[in-house]
Amino acid sequence: MKALLLVWLLCLLPMLAPAQAADVLTTFENEEQSQLYFSLLKEYRCLKCQNQNLADSHASLADDLRREIRLQILDGKGKNEIDEYLVARYGEFVLYRPRFSAKTLVLWLGPFALLLIGLGSVYLTARRRKTTDREQQIAAMTKSSQAAEQHAARLERARKLLGD
Amino acid sequence: MSLALKLLPLALFLALAGFLAKGLTLNPTELPSPLIDKEAPAFVVDRLPATDGQFDSRDMAGQVWVLNVWASWCGPCVQEHPFLTELAEQRPVPVVGLNYKDQPEDSLPWLARLGNPFSDVLDDRRGDVGLDFGVYGVPETFIMDKAGRVRYKHVGPVDGQALQETLLPVIDQLMAETNS
Repeated sequence: MKALLLVWLLCLLPMLAPAQAADVLTTFENEEQSQLYFSLLKEYRCLKCQNQNLADSHASLADDLRREIRLQILDGKGKNEIDEYLVARYGEFVLYRPRFSAKTLVLWLGPFALLLIGLGSVYLTARRRKTTDREQQIAAMTKSSQAAEQHAARLERARKLLGD
Repeated sequence: MSLALKLLPLALFLALAGFLAKGLTLNPTELPSPLIDKEAPAFVVDRLPATDGQFDSRDMAGQVWVLNVWASWCGPCVQEHPFLTELAEQRPVPVVGLNYKDQPEDSLPWLARLGNPFSDVLDDRRGDVGLDFGVYGVPETFIMDKAGRVRYKHVGPVDGQALQETLLPVIDQLMAETNS
């Protein structure tokens, strides 16, 4: 039983391990600051290891940036000011969610534009097909009514011949 | 359907293919610096050795200068070292070495061993100046113009090709500019 418990506890260990890469200095004056800190770390890209955010990265540059962000939060700076600070140094790329600007316009609106183009072309194709279908129908109907008229005319002629 | 409308999907495809092809040739680790053409961050730091006093970046106003970010723990810095020496010999511009996140007891012997191409060696052991310049790896090399703006940034070690084809021409061009 004791052995089982030990195994179970050992299984729990990995859950404790990745608590935070940023465990050096994370004390804040209040809960709000601490929340801002941890949410911001997820918003910024580590420039050194580009597919990680600052919360996950162990790069020394990430350490520096975390330290700087903490100090700025303690200074009473908000998300926008810290964004500004990082973008001024590392460019828009540092933000995982790029801001809406002339430069990132295509990035933000591109997918919607493509969707609109796609829907538009589907609509146009569908409408064109519908019109062609109707035209064919009308053509077929005209054809059959012409045939019916011819048939009636022939009948009439036959009746006349018979009657005479 | 007009011809233009018919060719639209092809045009869209070609545009997309063009963007993707461009993407393949880019080096994802080289990020454009947002500092280009902006005023270089001003800073005051200790020189190395510490007996040499402090360095104020504002004292460089009026001349073209080069800031090379290096460290003794950085392998590629050894590679680029001879080319920095060449740069310092070939053009009369100050080549300032920012010793990034390093300890003087490591960096000074490094310089003594390989030779010192720098007009000033600056102590940035906490990486604060590096942070202001948006340094995300060493080595990085910045070129400042006479008006104190960052005009060029080279990421990674300077090699013979980068020196001859980019750095020296950029320096010549900036030196030819009148102070505006």
